[in-house]
Amino acid sequence: MAKVKVKKQSTFIDMTAMSDVTVLLLTFFMTTSTFLAKEPIQVTTPASVSEIKIPETNLLTILVDKDGKVFLSMDNAEQKVETLRAVSDPYGITYTSKQIEAFRKLQSFGVPIRYMPAFLDLPVEKQDKELQDLENKRVGVPSDDGKIEDGRGVISSDNEFKRWVAAALEVNEDLKIAIKSDKTTVYPTVKKIIDILRGDELRQNRYLLITTLREGSSN
Amino acid sequence: MAEIQQDEKGEGGKNKQKKQHLRVDFTPMVDMNMLLITFFMFCTTLLKPQTMNINMPMKDENMTKEEKTKIKESGAVTLLLGENDELYYYLGIPKDQSTYDDSTYLVTSSYGPDGIRKLLLEKNTGTYEKIQELKAHLKEGVIVDSVFRAKTKEVHEAAKEIAPTVMIKPTELSTYENMVDALDEMLICNIGAYAIIDLTEGDRFFLYQRTGNKEYLTEEQRTELGQK
Repeated sequence: MAKVKVKKQSTFIDMTAMSDVTVLLLTFFMTTSTFLAKEPIQVTTPASVSEIKIPETNLLTILVDKDGKVFLSMDNAEQKVETLRAVSDPYGITYTSKQIEAFRKLQSFGVPIRYMPAFLDLPVEKQDKELQDLENKRVGVPSDDGKIEDGRGVISSDNEFKRWVAAALEVNEDLKIAIKSDKTTVYPTVKKIIDILRGDELRQNRYLLITTLREGSSN
Repeated sequence: MAEIQQDEKGEGGKNKQKKQHLRVDFTPMVDMNMLLITFFMFCTTLLKPQTMNINMPMKDENMTKEEKTKIKESGAVTLLLGENDELYYYLGIPKDQSTYDDSTYLVTSSYGPDGIRKLLLEKNTGTYEKIQELKAHLKEGVIVDSVFRAKTKEVHEAAKEIAPTVMIKPTELSTYENMVDALDEMLICNIGAYAIIDLTEGDRFFLYQRTGNKEYLTEEQRTELGQK
């Protein structure tokens, strides 16, 4: 009698189908995703039932942190550079093409204009470190009218925030202003920003307040 | 990692060309894809943040006082946003000293369904239901967005005489979240007319009376109080 031969079976699993699925998923994620914008400060926005989505273009986002430091971001890189030039001109500040390129890459910016060229010369990691430093007075767009100085000289002599917004509105008339702030920010801090926007020079009275969707919102 | 399996049948045959099965191992490819997917999942925001539209009244010095106080007294609701998420409200417009002496004039309330929302819904009955209906139509796709907006405007216009006008007055001790919460209540209750405005000295006095916290008062009021 012949022995029953145990057939040697290959353990080879066909991964082609699996690969197909993963590639499909990957394509889905790549096409539908928008990357998280890198922000110099972490804010937790308050919740609301409003379901209006934030517009993707023509947006000037004003980021206000708990201490009242202001950062700005614009979605259009070209307009951003134009705005930078318009703000810098009255101060006689010029930039090298390398600095402009660095500025183009910045997601949100917020340093006094006098300090901008030096800031743009720093490598990206150093820039981040600089912005993270809470004690640093050279972080945030100055939004006070008075003169601010520190040991290294004058930081700002006037309200640069006002200049930035005015220049941005000059560059793009359809610009919408969005305010993003942490929910624990005290009201006077936000009020100060809103008052500047409402003031005689800017005359802006429509804003978008960035919020997150409130859970279980339907009544 | 391609593996070539030789067909065993062909053994011992003549110089026939061997049949070859070409099989490619996809396992590393799947591994890599999975890694990429994980990366994209962590780095993306599928949910876009919401926004809330807000129109602030124009800061116009030329506006006369009469124009500023056009608000009907019967419909006026004033919300005072205090410290530690406290919320106070009063109805109407305070007239003279007697209102300031009346301790029941200022009512302590809270954010959320049991607090201020009850009052606002009650005040806004009729309008609320109509807009709620429109909202449902919008969701079902019966009407488009522009029609919805025009119709809500109509409803608000029609109810102008009876609808409440809400004045939100955040104090220096309140937070940004309080302000957004208050605005949120306006959205929930479908209030047509509301605005964020500064506190009057009277409002500050109300809050001081209720809480005993001098921080609600202005500098002048504090010195005046000290002199007394």
